[in-house]
Amino acid sequence: MKVSAWLCATLLLLASSSALAETTLRIGIQDDPDVLDPHRSRTYSGRLVYTALCDKLVDVSPQLELVPQLATAWQWGDDNRSLTLHLRPGVTFHDGEAFDAAAVKFNLDRARSLPDSLRKSELASVDTVEVVDPQTVRIHLKQPDATLLAQLSDRAGMMLAPKASTGDVGSKPVCSGPYRFVQRVQQDRIVLERFPQYWNASAYHFDRLIFLPIPDTSVRLANLRSGDLDIVERVAPTDVKGLQGQAGFTLYNTPGLGYMQLMVNMANGDRAKNPFAGDKRVRQAFDLALDREALNQVVFEGLYAPSVQPFPQSSPYYDKAFAVPARDVARSQALLKAAGVALPVKVELKIANNPIAQQVGQLIQAMAAEAGFEVNLVATEYATLLAEQHAGNFQLGLSAWSGRPDPDGNVHQFVTCKGNQNDGHYCNAALDQLLDQARTTNDQAQRQTLYAQALTLLREELPVFYLYFDPRIIATRADLKGFIPNPDGLIRLAGVTRGQ
Amino acid sequence: MNALTLPHPATLRPARSPFWRKFSANRGALLGAALILTFALAALLAPWLAPFDPLKTSFLAVRKAPSALNWLGTDELGRDLLSRLLWGARSSLLAGVVSVAIALLVGVPLGLVAGYFGGWLDALISRLVEALLSCPFLVLAIALGAFLGPSLGNAMIAIGLSAMPVFARLTRGQVLAIRHEDYLEGARAIGLPDRWILWRYVLPNILSPLVVQATLTIAAAILAEASLSFLGLGQQPPMPSWGSILNTAKNFMEQAPWMSIAPGVCIYLTVLGFNLLGDGLRDALDPRHQ
Amino acid sequence: MLRLFLRGLLSALPTLLLVSLFVFTLQQLLPGDPVLAMAGEERDPQVLEFLREKYRLNDPVPVQYLHWMGGVLQGDLGISLRTDQPVTALIAEKLPVTLELSLLAIVIALLIGIPTGIVAAVRRGTAVDYGANLVALSGISIPHFWLGILLILLFAVKLQWLPASGFVPFHEDPLRNLRTLVLPAFVLGAGLSGTLMRHTRAAMLEVLRADYVRTARAKGLRERVVILRHALRNALMPIVTLTTLLFGELLGGAVLTEQVFSIPGFGKMIVDAVFNRDYAVVQGVVLCVAVGFVLLNLLADLLYRLINPRLRQAA
Repeated sequence: MKVSAWLCATLLLLASSSALAETTLRIGIQDDPDVLDPHRSRTYSGRLVYTALCDKLVDVSPQLELVPQLATAWQWGDDNRSLTLHLRPGVTFHDGEAFDAAAVKFNLDRARSLPDSLRKSELASVDTVEVVDPQTVRIHLKQPDATLLAQLSDRAGMMLAPKASTGDVGSKPVCSGPYRFVQRVQQDRIVLERFPQYWNASAYHFDRLIFLPIPDTSVRLANLRSGDLDIVERVAPTDVKGLQGQAGFTLYNTPGLGYMQLMVNMANGDRAKNPFAGDKRVRQAFDLALDREALNQVVFEGLYAPSVQPFPQSSPYYDKAFAVPARDVARSQALLKAAGVALPVKVELKIANNPIAQQVGQLIQAMAAEAGFEVNLVATEYATLLAEQHAGNFQLGLSAWSGRPDPDGNVHQFVTCKGNQNDGHYCNAALDQLLDQARTTNDQAQRQTLYAQALTLLREELPVFYLYFDPRIIATRADLKGFIPNPDGLIRLAGVTRGQ
Repeated sequence: MNALTLPHPATLRPARSPFWRKFSANRGALLGAALILTFALAALLAPWLAPFDPLKTSFLAVRKAPSALNWLGTDELGRDLLSRLLWGARSSLLAGVVSVAIALLVGVPLGLVAGYFGGWLDALISRLVEALLSCPFLVLAIALGAFLGPSLGNAMIAIGLSAMPVFARLTRGQVLAIRHEDYLEGARAIGLPDRWILWRYVLPNILSPLVVQATLTIAAAILAEASLSFLGLGQQPPMPSWGSILNTAKNFMEQAPWMSIAPGVCIYLTVLGFNLLGDGLRDALDPRHQ
Repeated sequence: MLRLFLRGLLSALPTLLLVSLFVFTLQQLLPGDPVLAMAGEERDPQVLEFLREKYRLNDPVPVQYLHWMGGVLQGDLGISLRTDQPVTALIAEKLPVTLELSLLAIVIALLIGIPTGIVAAVRRGTAVDYGANLVALSGISIPHFWLGILLILLFAVKLQWLPASGFVPFHEDPLRNLRTLVLPAFVLGAGLSGTLMRHTRAAMLEVLRADYVRTARAKGLRERVVILRHALRNALMPIVTLTTLLFGELLGGAVLTEQVFSIPGFGKMIVDAVFNRDYAVVQGVVLCVAVGFVLLNLLADLLYRLINPRLRQAA
């Protein structure tokens, strides 16, 4: 008697759970995003969720061009001191509010005035936002800013619904993207559901999206293999070969925008009194001792892009004059001799205590040793590492940058005198001038010339050693068709279907 | 009568031979001792036993499967895994022993003081110990490890301090049990200083359960060090430790499973050895199991 | 009984106070700036300063402690620095997960440990006894994270019988929920079963020597009846108290298993919070775990007093 009752109950449960099978897409991401408020958000994982949740004014194409999203056309005016955006008609927010110029003004004002808004430095050039008419908005700038449109393609340009966003946005963000917010369990899942009134709703074929943060790359991949995930981002390069051999999965490997760099403590506190900061020949010798290609082969299976400049190869600002030079230990030793430093040159390299950083650090240690450098590796926990670098308690620091589509975003804040991320406190007035000028002109040719000059300076002075660019490797189940990868690594689901 | 003619407290313990008899009859204990001896020898003789330099990287031999050249294969930077495991035995065993030494050095005096003197001292120490015991052991070790900074030495301190409460409580309990024994009353009556009594009379009589607990805690400490290394807080590269090898190995589970299996087996066998030994010691020292 | 419980609770209060003080101090001592850690890549100095003010991180440490304790006494455990969520909400989210995982682990441990312990006691001294002891000690000796990784490799990747990681709440999909918890519960349960098996064996041995067992045998009852009906019932009693204590330890102790299997429970939350310097979360959760531990200890104590007179009665 009891058994059959249990059996009935189980069958009913199973039946009900399969009847409710609306199409769901499960996406495995590397970390749990932080607060889901585009103006206060700071993690890359957050951007992955925003791609589905919040539309922005412009988007970036796989060719790194700016394309319309909520703004259909734009013009620069007044000596590039004003940007007029024509907005897409017929767009509504998830709560039914209409999207118009007033909403754009609300958002840009909020992004600039909220006390803990992290978009302030991105919109620093904005003076006022003017509502011309419901479909047109004009942004007046304090000075010309070539990076503005690129900033509007990220969180600074994301549009929150004005009436719903007066209080705590993070717990229930209301945007206008193809999916709307349903639920979030910290460090477990973020659930979004299809927004039927989206202006391009027909391009989106899944009813529900579930983002699952799984920090361990092999476990994330195991979930893809076992069918519990449909898409997985940031696949480890060492897993690629295994996955390529298997049927049932599609791999997308796109060169990315983010890179890894070694920063030298040039002038931040006492520890800047090291042989590296003192003589650029020592830095040049160190650069020549590194075999970036070998690093790529050993740690990343040859899938990463070694580099000596902060611009990816896909960028129009990539300078072919600065290709990765071959390793030259002899010249390195000669430079050290000319610099007259005592051998071996002792230097401390601070790295984060994750396996990738450890491998890279150990390889650098081994390679540099052959030229006469004694690198002491100090693995530090991430939170401590940030504080130590900020405080100047380092000599060499290995740090990653997730990358931005505009070249300024990849270089300005790291090497200019007052740059927010310039932990080494490198200060060169000529470099500052070049980089500041490059942000104010919209002419690509002019910018290319300026960045080329900046690169020449950087390659000569070497306050930073650029090592490699990370690719964005995304793996999906083979039955998902229509996915177009993008160098920024974000998952855009327009046109993605589950075919047979 | 004076202190010199009081019966020595050691003679009140059962004679030695039943211990050895029971110990050697216990197959589990012998197996445990054998396992520990094997790994201890491996650790001691690592410089001579290791076929390769554990720190020598080789870009051409990255993640090679076990072969005639590398009996256990190579790791992600081309280093010989067998050599790294042998040298790693040093870190792991050291971590186990030093952590417990720290725990004993801090915990036993606390327990002695609390149990012997009683009163407000006991109340204070007991509360402190209870508070520490209410925090999950591993969480405590992780927090201390993060505070001190990632390194093997700091991991040992962190684990030692986290394991200290157990010894404090055990010691206190043992002291309470014998506090009113005749020989102690006698010693106090003739005016022997407390320090003398604690050192010559109390401590020798509570050694057995402490030894057993220490052996078992070494096992837990080795596991804890592996756990901390797994989280990135223990032994830092390039020096090897079993836990940190596993930490890197988990990223190559499918391409190089040998990297995950060997260090795990080493940890398992060593910890098992200490658990078996501790068990055997407990059985052999227990007066009830005659 | 109630008076005992209340008295126990009262005497536990100073301990809990010490725990709170200790955890708070430890957090303050951790190097690294939590605001900087939170900020990650976006480093606007003005915003950083604003956040430090907002979370009172510039206040002197004793002031911060008093402010936090004041909140605790009113039921407010602070705000997670990372996501702005109240810590109490986080605990409410994760507690059912940890409870369910712990419960399943204990059930598995009981199902494996008790029968094995009985058999080992009955067949004391034989190969079965030694074998069982070896298996039990193995369970205690295997590193959880290693066992977890191996099981994922076998059951999730090779055989594809079970999901590799993740968690589905029970009310959402009970079957899936159980499937996600099987492997981690097994890993935890395997370790506990060793302890339970050994204690069951010890308790059974104790009981099997008692007079009433001899009487039962003398009466001519079958051995199986003697063991299961008479001996076991009395041997189980200390096991009950042990189980309660083990449950308390599981509350915060499944750190690595939760990490490997991505189970959003307390252990994972604490570790992530320590590494992110999310002070409020660490303090709040450790305090919660300590309270749970203290309560369970009290419960175990009371249970022991409850069943003791019955033991005396039976003999």
